[in-house]
Parts: sequence; structure tokens; C-alpha cells
Amino acid sequence: MELIRLTPLDLGIAASLVLILAGLSHALRLGVGKRLLIAATRSIVQLLLLGLVLEVLFAQTNPFYMGGLALIMLLVAGYEAMARQSRRFTGLWGMGIGTLSMFITSFCITLLTLLAIIQADPWYTPQYLIPLLGMVLGNTMNAIAISLNQLTQNAWQQRSNIEARLILGHSWHEAIGDIRREALRAGLIPIINAMTAAGIVSLPGMMTGQILAGSPPLEAAKYQLLILFLVAAGTGLGSMGALWMGSRHLFDERQRLRLDRLSAPRD
Amino acid sequence: MPQLSLHNFRIDQLKPIDLEVQAGECITLTGPSGSGKTLLLRAIADLDPHQGEAQFNGTTQAQTAPPEWRQAVGLLPSESHWWADQVGAHFSNPDTALLKSLGFERECLEWQVSRLSSGERQRLGLARLLANQPSVLLLDEPTANLDSTNGRQVEQIIHDYRQQHQAAVLWVSHDSDQQQRVGSRHFHIHQGRLEEVTWS
Repeated sequence: MELIRLTPLDLGIAASLVLILAGLSHALRLGVGKRLLIAATRSIVQLLLLGLVLEVLFAQTNPFYMGGLALIMLLVAGYEAMARQSRRFTGLWGMGIGTLSMFITSFCITLLTLLAIIQADPWYTPQYLIPLLGMVLGNTMNAIAISLNQLTQNAWQQRSNIEARLILGHSWHEAIGDIRREALRAGLIPIINAMTAAGIVSLPGMMTGQILAGSPPLEAAKYQLLILFLVAAGTGLGSMGALWMGSRHLFDERQRLRLDRLSAPRD
Repeated sequence: MPQLSLHNFRIDQLKPIDLEVQAGECITLTGPSGSGKTLLLRAIADLDPHQGEAQFNGTTQAQTAPPEWRQAVGLLPSESHWWADQVGAHFSNPDTALLKSLGFERECLEWQVSRLSSGERQRLGLARLLANQPSVLLLDEPTANLDSTNGRQVEQIIHDYRQQHQAAVLWVSHDSDQQQRVGSRHFHIHQGRLEEVTWS
């Protein structure tokens, strides 16, 4: 199949629909028109910039450029995962827990995929490395932010229950076990839902894009499956790692609950 | 050898404490609210960071794994907290005789925690603590939420347990009649200092 290239006019037609929507919102005083326009403008700037950067990067296969880019992606993801939590760990732990667990899981999974599954030559070919790492990292970031947020919020709210268990001689493991399980479940719900509904309720965005760009649907489905599995593994292992480190750090060496290691809530 | 001894034991609110409680002895502790009684008990149970040394039966806190220490040195907080729906889930090994002496049948283990009265919560909280067979009891106003009949019953249970297990007891109480009934030595926190009280 031939790739049908989109002209600026094509995109203009689609964009005019958003303009009509914004105009309607203004006329009916629904109050979302301005925000809609800002978001649409941001998406135009951000995605065109990304396309430009990727064009430049795809043109070269310098492993150091790739490494540098991967590092920037990781640090931004680590920061974002921290910024979305209302009670963060103070000091280096705040960003460290999420970043470290993302580094271990997302990078290992992406590397494994590039070396054993895709087998591109060389393995750091940007066309494969950047989208894969981006998908895995982005989803893992969300899952870690959700699970760590649940962990710290619930530990704060259920402080008395946790301490009641410590008093009765339970180990820190047992005392935080229920809360940790709940937090992991919360982090994994989005990917479980995505896998469950994929193909029936929703046509996943990536697969849609591939089909529109001319791939045979079955090939697009296979790539979508690959991504879903990688994302499931990344989010699951990443959340488990972050939750283990986070829950361990909620207790000190004498297994005392140390909520003073969390900062005051932000909204 | 004292059952529980504190040497140069320090928390922020109090001057350094040296205190020995013998096996089978009950010491009462009183002081204005906010003077650090609860925090002292929490530190002895090793729930909060503190300085200095605490020993149980000659073994220091630092040498004992935290869960073992807290099983041996049992703290009864002024309010009991329940993390599961059913009462029974909070007991490691329920002692039917003990439950009976507190006025409960074995079926109480199947009760829902949300339906307990405050008196029942307090007595079952004591029961789940004693089921661990601690050798030291740190009691933070154990009868504060109880009417006088139930309060006397709890005093009796603790008395019997102390006799039977030769347990050392540190009892925070605001009721001077109760202090005289249960304790053999009495301490008062005055301006951050732990002072022994003698009644004439």
C-alpha cells in the first residue's frame, strides 16, 4: 500500500473542526473554548517539533546521541512521576525511587526487545529505539506515579493501623502488605483495562496510526500486541520495584513507621 | 535482674530517664497532658526514634529484632486500632480462657469490628495484646473509655496477668485512686523530669 501524505490543507480541514467546536463553546458560554484552543495549539507545536527532532535523529545512528536522548527521557519521566504525587519522599528519594525503578525496568525491556525481538541493525537504530522506549517509559511513569501516590497517601491515612500491627509484633512487611497490594493494583488497572478492551471497545491509537499509514492490519495488530505486552511488563515490574523501595523507605532500620520522610501534601 | 530498665533514655520532651521495673512490679505514671507520657511509652516500645538504652531482661533493644522486642514489651495505646473487618483476624493465637475472663465467648472472634462498642474495643484490644504473652506491659490509660465496672474488671485482668506471668507493668493513669490500687511505686512528670511520688 502507498502512504497517502497529508498536506497542510488536509490538517487545516481537521483543525477547522476544532475551531468550530471552540466557537460553539464560546457562543453557548460553556467555558472550555479557550482551554481547547490552547491545548490544540500546544499539540501542533509539540508534535511538529517532535517530528522535526526525530527526522534529524533518524538521519544518524550515533549511539552517544541515542544514549543522551534516552537519559533526558528518563530524567523527565522521573521528575514527572515525582511531580504527580501529593506526598513525596523528601530529599533524593523523591525522584530517585521512580527514576531508578524506571531505569531498571524500561531500559532492560527496551534493550531486550531491540536485541532479541526486533533485531534491527544496529540495535540502536533510532526508528525503533525511540518509539519503543517512549511507549514503555511513558506508561511505566504513569503506573509508578499512581502506585507510589497510593502507597504514601494510604500509609499517611492508615498510620494508626500500621502502627497497631507493629505494636503486636508484625514485621514492616506484614504491616504495609495490604496497602502495597492495593497500590500495585491501582497502578496496573490502566494497562489491564487497555488489554481487555483492545480490539473490542477501542482500536488502540498506535494500531490506528499504523493502518492509516498503510500497514497491513494484521502487521499492525502484531506490533500493537508487542507494545501491549512490553507496556504490561514495564508497568508491572516498574511499579513493583518502586513500591518495594518506597515501602522499605517508609520504615527505618528499627522497623518504625517514618512518615516524617514524606513532605507536606501539595495539590 | 530488672525486667525492664532504662539507662539515660532520652526523648525530646523529657530529661534523661533512668528507671528499673522488676518482674511482677507495677509502676504508675502521671503528668499533665502533653508532658510526653504517651511519647515515652511509644519510645520504649521502639515506635519512635530516641536515644539512650532500654533493656529487657538484660538484653538491649538494639540486640533484639524489632518485632520480637515489641512482642515482649507490649504497648496498649489509649485507643485501639483495627485493620481488618473481623475481630479474629487481629489475634495471632486467640486464648479462649483469657477472652472468657474479659467477658467474651469465643464467637466474638467472628464479630465485625465496626459493630463493637468502645468498651468492647478497649477490652478486645487488651485481649489481643495479652495473647502475645508480653513480659512487659506499657499501658496508656487502659480504662479511660470504660465505665467503673468494666474498668475494675480490666484492672483485675491486668493484675492477674501480672501475677501469673511475673510481668513488669508501666501504667499511665490520671485517676489517683486507681494509681494507689494498682501500683506499688508512682512517678510524676514535672517540668520534663520524671519524679517519684510518695503518698503520705
